[in-house]
Amino acid sequence: MGNKTFPLTLHLLLTLVWVFVALYMIFQYAPEETTMGEVQRIFYIHVSSAWTAFLAYFLVFVGSVGYLWKRAPFADDLAQASSEVGLVFCTCVLVTGPLWAKPVWGIWWTWDARLTSTFVLWLLFIAYLMLRSYVLNPGRTEVMAAVVGIIGFVDVPIVYMSIRWWRTQHPQPVIAGGEGSGLDAAMWITLLVTWGAFLCLFSYLLRQRLWLAEGRREARRLRQGLALQTSRE
Amino acid sequence: MRNLRIVGAIFAKDLRVEWRHRETLVSMCVFGLLMVFLFNFAFEPAGEEALRLLPGLLWIAFAFAGILGFNRSAAAELENSCLEGMALAPIDPGLIYLGKMLANLFFLLIAEAVVVFAVSLWYNFSFLPSIKWFALTVFLGTLGYVAVGTIFGAVSANTRMREVMLPVLQFPVAVPVFIAGIEATTGALRGSPPAEYASWLRLLIGFSVVFLVLSYLLFEYVLEE
Repeated sequence: MGNKTFPLTLHLLLTLVWVFVALYMIFQYAPEETTMGEVQRIFYIHVSSAWTAFLAYFLVFVGSVGYLWKRAPFADDLAQASSEVGLVFCTCVLVTGPLWAKPVWGIWWTWDARLTSTFVLWLLFIAYLMLRSYVLNPGRTEVMAAVVGIIGFVDVPIVYMSIRWWRTQHPQPVIAGGEGSGLDAAMWITLLVTWGAFLCLFSYLLRQRLWLAEGRREARRLRQGLALQTSRE
Repeated sequence: MRNLRIVGAIFAKDLRVEWRHRETLVSMCVFGLLMVFLFNFAFEPAGEEALRLLPGLLWIAFAFAGILGFNRSAAAELENSCLEGMALAPIDPGLIYLGKMLANLFFLLIAEAVVVFAVSLWYNFSFLPSIKWFALTVFLGTLGYVAVGTIFGAVSANTRMREVMLPVLQFPVAVPVFIAGIEATTGALRGSPPAEYASWLRLLIGFSVVFLVLSYLLFEYVLEE
């Protein structure tokens, strides 16, 4: 895991520092949004988690394809680790979203394309993780999970498209301006720094999780070797 | 040509098995009828209201009846290691998928016909004026639904609690089928010109094609031991 060139402790330290810098920038450096006021500052955390969650699902897909193709245990570890950490970030999106929507839109939730597809993504993460722990024959978990990981990944864009068409045929309940309509340069910088902090945290958790998976496999190997030895004696 | 014969053989096998014990289809139909029956108390769909509620109601009944069928279809293959037997045959595993998919499609379409008949009888709603486009919509939606349901049925047959695992996998992935199916059904039942909801039909076709191809390719991995 390249633990020698960039130890996990150093990675954790970097993450902590970066998160503090991001927090400072969110609350001090970034200018206040004119219409939404202070509450808009949740935007940096919300968007960063969303991007990270999408990246995580992409890695699940990459790991799944990689596993079916090369049968490398590492690819499956990557998919599993990424799905677990991705679920955390996806949950973060779904928690910060309503918190922001309530004061700004006046409602906690609306079935708009982005909200609904993020929600579907969250359900897919859950289904994927449930599947992983329910497969009867432990040797089959990787393949089953990979199949579901790939189908789910292909599905998300179709869900997004279908909901966008669905909603455009109906009047939108509430639409806030703001998002997407030109961001101040300082806001952009803050967003990118925050996303960087989230990526740093994500990769730290991912590496922790991969390290654990590798340790588990090593332990299983040793146990099997030991059993073999005792049976010979 | 040979491939077609293989798909046909698997399809015929599923039909024959079903004909001999008549479990899956009966339970799907009864379950569908019960849902229609219960919806009556939940929504009392009548008159103008019926047009607004029926599409959603029908698709929910179809969805649950389908889950029942996919579960049974995959579980039946586990008895006597039938799945291993088929996997050992010198054929492309994707063809096994297609055969089972066709059988699932056939059963679900029959169950849906029963549900639709019950709805028209109990809710005094005539499907006849719009039957052509309604049938096309239901067929396309069911095709997409079965395309994912068949492979997920095979996946969840390998798990503990497969009755829970299948809907957990199936429903989020089938969201586009629900949306497009319900929208197109609404259009068809209202008697709108087909051009108005053609984009939904196209979405259903696209969904079916994407997941038929993907499942065809991936089924090999689900079968391997």
